[in-house]
Amino acid sequence: MSHGPSASGGALVAAPPHGHHHDEPHEPVFVGETRAALDVILSRYPTKQAALLPALWMLQDARGWVSEKGIEEVAAVLEITPAYVKGVVSFYTMYHQHPVGRHFIQVCTTTPCNVCGAEDVVKSFLEHTGCGDLGLTSDDGKYTVIEVECLGACGFATPVMINNDFIESVTPESVPRILSELK
Amino acid sequence: MGYPHPSHPRETPVLSKYFGDAGARTLDGWRQRGGYEALQKALAMDPQEIQTVVKDSGLRGRGGAGFPTGMKWSFMKPDGKVHYLCCNGDESEPGTFKDREIMRWTPHGLVEGVALGAHAIYAETAYIYIRGEFTEAITQVNRAVEDAYAAGILGANAMGSGKRVDVHVHRGAGAYICGEETALMNSLEGRRGNPRIKPPFPAVAGLFGKPTTINNVETLTTVPYIVKNGAEWYKQFGRPDNPKSIGTKLFSVCGNISRPGNYEVALGFPFKEFLYDLCGGPLPGREIKAVIPGGSSVPILTREEAENAIMDYEGMVASGTMLGSGGVIVFDDRQCMVRQIARLTRFYAHESCAQCSQCREGTAWITRIMERIRDGQGTMEDLDTLLSIADNMSGKTICVLSDSCATPVVSGLKKFRHEFEAKIAANPSKVTVPGALRASAA
Repeated sequence: MSHGPSASGGALVAAPPHGHHHDEPHEPVFVGETRAALDVILSRYPTKQAALLPALWMLQDARGWVSEKGIEEVAAVLEITPAYVKGVVSFYTMYHQHPVGRHFIQVCTTTPCNVCGAEDVVKSFLEHTGCGDLGLTSDDGKYTVIEVECLGACGFATPVMINNDFIESVTPESVPRILSELK
Repeated sequence: MGYPHPSHPRETPVLSKYFGDAGARTLDGWRQRGGYEALQKALAMDPQEIQTVVKDSGLRGRGGAGFPTGMKWSFMKPDGKVHYLCCNGDESEPGTFKDREIMRWTPHGLVEGVALGAHAIYAETAYIYIRGEFTEAITQVNRAVEDAYAAGILGANAMGSGKRVDVHVHRGAGAYICGEETALMNSLEGRRGNPRIKPPFPAVAGLFGKPTTINNVETLTTVPYIVKNGAEWYKQFGRPDNPKSIGTKLFSVCGNISRPGNYEVALGFPFKEFLYDLCGGPLPGREIKAVIPGGSSVPILTREEAENAIMDYEGMVASGTMLGSGGVIVFDDRQCMVRQIARLTRFYAHESCAQCSQCREGTAWITRIMERIRDGQGTMEDLDTLLSIADNMSGKTICVLSDSCATPVVSGLKKFRHEFEAKIAANPSKVTVPGALRASAA
């Protein structure tokens, strides 16, 4: 969240890909059914700002990442400033501030998984996806692999999240099969 | 039943009774197992009466701090103000994965406990904050909430009691610190998850500035059983000579152990029997070297210390550590403690919210030193520097993340100093730091 590269050896967030995305057109997300769904969420809180994390999830679910234009739309809908929204987005690790591969792979390497060999699971994913390094997206746009801090499934080492799916007890050997089953 | 292993005969399954039983996940299934009877009973009780039962039961918070639940609830008075209940489902303390199983297998058990807790603290609205990565738990709890609304269990006239109880699920977005109670409230309000300075405490000014109670998933899921069966029933669980630690507790076990998973035992259980009998001991041909018994933020125990420890709040303190969240991390004789402690400090460096300088700088600095010792580039002077930084990180910040980073370093250096010194002795490089002491100089 907060630290420079000195504190962490591996990439824990996706690196920006080549090229800029600021000029891409942004189709509004909060229209029709999505707007109605947001209104239901808004009714649950005494402030509009409280719907910020849910709104950012809706944006990311719709667009795959949280763009500058997306931030501006969320800010307008919730009547807060884009700078404020960006400050919140950058605090949380799960909002992608850059486009990522179609399959976003997060491998837990915190201590409980580390003692069970999680680093070899990371190596296996890097090798079989062709991503090259942590945080980079494979040339075909299919995969991004990152290390993630404790996924809260320590008894099922090594847990891996691929998009919204949780896979338990992953070993280096099971990686090719897992990748082959991805759509 | 137990999950992923069947319950051991020495376990006391209360909360975990239906782990692995998919039938318990549905509203009908939960009702068939006696679910929502406690809520029905509680909604007819005066909130203060419920607070008294919970106080009498001896239940203490299961999130890590162990604060008496009934006392926490008694801070909430019928003052006519808007009150909120927060359920902390941000489970992210390394080594801990018990709330995940509660939410995945018994989502209605949680919803029942949350609704009951809301009524007990004079709140009409409760929020269940679940960490963003727990997608399956979120799906299960969301479905339980929807079904409970559809059945009239939640809403304007909860179970026909005439009382309003609203329960909403709020998904986090990746931040360990949001498990800290005031950081969670900031996150719920749509802010960065920075912990707040206390006082004011949440009971005075919490969520949206209103009097708020925040309880852990396990704590709230326990309450319906107490309300249904009575405080005396709950008091049977625990060792007779320690009335301060009452009840059953879920322990998550991970790392180098034969049967990792969740186990529910009565507090006061001998840790040695737990590790070697229930959890099957170390992997074949290995020996246990060290154990962190209560989540990564509590002091490390040597094998000998662990084998003599008792699994309750006071027992763990007597062994120089804490019960914490009940997340047991086992290290066997293959593990390098320097390497694993360095990995833990890196976790805290990544998760620091960075508002206090002791934490922001200290976690990063301590990680750099730990990693250079790990990589064979350390000096003896580094060990003193580590302790000095750790001292400056403890008890000086808004929340205890900073202390939590210092803890494994201090306890690790105390108990496994020889491993640090061996790493340093193997350092082939010249002395470059003026005045640095070198173990290899002799």
